[in-house]
Amino acid sequence: MNNAVPLSAPAPARRRGPLAAFLRHPGAVIGLVILALVVAAALLAPILYPTSPWRMVQRPFVPPFTLERVPLGTDALGRDIAAGLMHGAGVSLIVGLVSTLAALVIGVPLGALAGYLGGRVDDALMRFTELFQTVPSFALAIVLVAILQPSLSSMILAIALVSWPPVTRLVRGEVLSLRSREYVQAAIVTGQTTFTILRREVLPNTLSPIVVLASLMVATAILLESSLSFLGLGDPNRMSWGFMVGAGRTVIRQAWWITAFPGVVILLTVLALNLIGEGLNDALNPRLSRER
Amino acid sequence: MAGFVARRIAKGILVLLAIVVLNFFLIRLAPGDPALVMAGEAGAGDEVFVAQLREKFALDQPLPSQLAAYLRSIVGLDLGYSVRQQMPVATLIGERLPATLLLTGTAFLVSLSLGVLLGSLAARRAGTLADTAITGMALLFYATPLFWVSLMAIILFSVRLEWLPSFGFETVGAGYTGLARAADIVRHLVLPALTLGLFFMAVYVRMTRSSMLEVSRLDFVKTARAKGLTEGVIQRRHILRNALLPVVTLAGLQAGTLVGGAVLTETVFAWPGIGRLMYEALLQRDYNLLLGVFVVSSAMVLIFNLVTDVVYRAVDPRIEVAR
Repeated sequence: MNNAVPLSAPAPARRRGPLAAFLRHPGAVIGLVILALVVAAALLAPILYPTSPWRMVQRPFVPPFTLERVPLGTDALGRDIAAGLMHGAGVSLIVGLVSTLAALVIGVPLGALAGYLGGRVDDALMRFTELFQTVPSFALAIVLVAILQPSLSSMILAIALVSWPPVTRLVRGEVLSLRSREYVQAAIVTGQTTFTILRREVLPNTLSPIVVLASLMVATAILLESSLSFLGLGDPNRMSWGFMVGAGRTVIRQAWWITAFPGVVILLTVLALNLIGEGLNDALNPRLSRER
Repeated sequence: MAGFVARRIAKGILVLLAIVVLNFFLIRLAPGDPALVMAGEAGAGDEVFVAQLREKFALDQPLPSQLAAYLRSIVGLDLGYSVRQQMPVATLIGERLPATLLLTGTAFLVSLSLGVLLGSLAARRAGTLADTAITGMALLFYATPLFWVSLMAIILFSVRLEWLPSFGFETVGAGYTGLARAADIVRHLVLPALTLGLFFMAVYVRMTRSSMLEVSRLDFVKTARAKGLTEGVIQRRHILRNALLPVVTLAGLQAGTLVGGAVLTETVFAWPGIGRLMYEALLQRDYNLLLGVFVVSSAMVLIFNLVTDVVYRAVDPRIEVAR
């Protein structure tokens, strides 16, 4: 998915700290609040709902807002929807974060090498990246999880493998423009190794666009995770939002709430991360957002 | 132009080859004997068939000859046999392909035209209430899970309002012919195409808006204003035409996502395309069929990318497409 299009409203450019710039962005603050709630839900799930979210706690098809014990109702098997939502938060956050980190681990070194070394290495690496960008990513993720057998780790691996190309392209572009700077040239003259130069001089300066891209990638990863779980490719031992929507699909005519609530939660979480990404973009890349 | 297209086709074939090689290794990642995997596990009882597979794909020989055998069969458009469905994979996919092309093509055209329309509207009225409404809506659709919005659309438009059918390609057993049949199919197409297109519409709205704002600050637009051209002409001929270029590039890049999204849409709406076929293959763990759909959908994306490259050249004649 091409998520690397931070298109925000032109922000008034005033010289203040990045944190102040971030907090002046109303969307970013809303996003931060929603994300904090999701994190809280994930942390509190084992305390508020210590029993398994798979357990039958009431009769099936209890509509929402009718019983105090199950505020959001129950599904076709009498499972508590609220408990499922709380427990699902952890899965979404873990998959989103870890798969994004893994994608960075693949993408950043490849992009840095391509941009810094140039020539044949750059050509070969960019062809390789293009290949992964051409392949329909969701279809590849499905194939990978199906073949590796559904589990949390296979899902993380599959999402990481389909989401690293934008990172490589971004880092390559940044490194390409940094390579000719004087301080990098100076480091070369002093005889530092390529690895040291990349690690100490070049990469730290590419950090802020990477942070922005990463926050948007977590959002995409959560969408991917829920889509895979919806198709039944989630970890069979863990309750997840996508699975809940998939499970409610067949009874959608009788019980709208089983599919509606988890979907709203996915939407809000992804929206929050996108808003945070835009806020970070305005705060960390003031030059970029002023140009837009 | 002909040379350019030929070079792009050659590049596409290379990429496709790489994808086939990737496929070859994916089969070997699956747990168990590749021959049994290709036979679809359930067919494991049929020793003769498994032995045939083993011979055909040179599975008792070193890896390079196995790869050569696999490539040979793919080049001959032989994607293997689906034991579960009792049909060659290529035939199964061929039957389902037109429905997917209709769905993704419609979704693409609708999302692109609506996206550009709304995006340029927002750019022209930047900062007003209309702009806020359009960008807010785009932000919302950008975060909406595709499978979920499809289900919600079914609840609203099929169950509550009863306006549109909620599943299938056409009314089974209605016996429509000619125009009546076409109208019936269109009625079935509306919900899947619109829900599939929503996410992409959001992408195009955001891209068009920012691209138009960027172009409208360039010097040649000032020149056009100084010449006394009307605002409409400036917006359409000078700004929009140039602002569309990055949108076309992005549209090409989104092809893969569109085809992937079709898996979800077709699953929800029981649309008889290759996405639905992929879901069925997934449920039955029919790896051969799964990988066949994967290769064909990759090929679809490649063809789509080729078309967008040609369109790009047509939209912007200044560009000399290198290599």
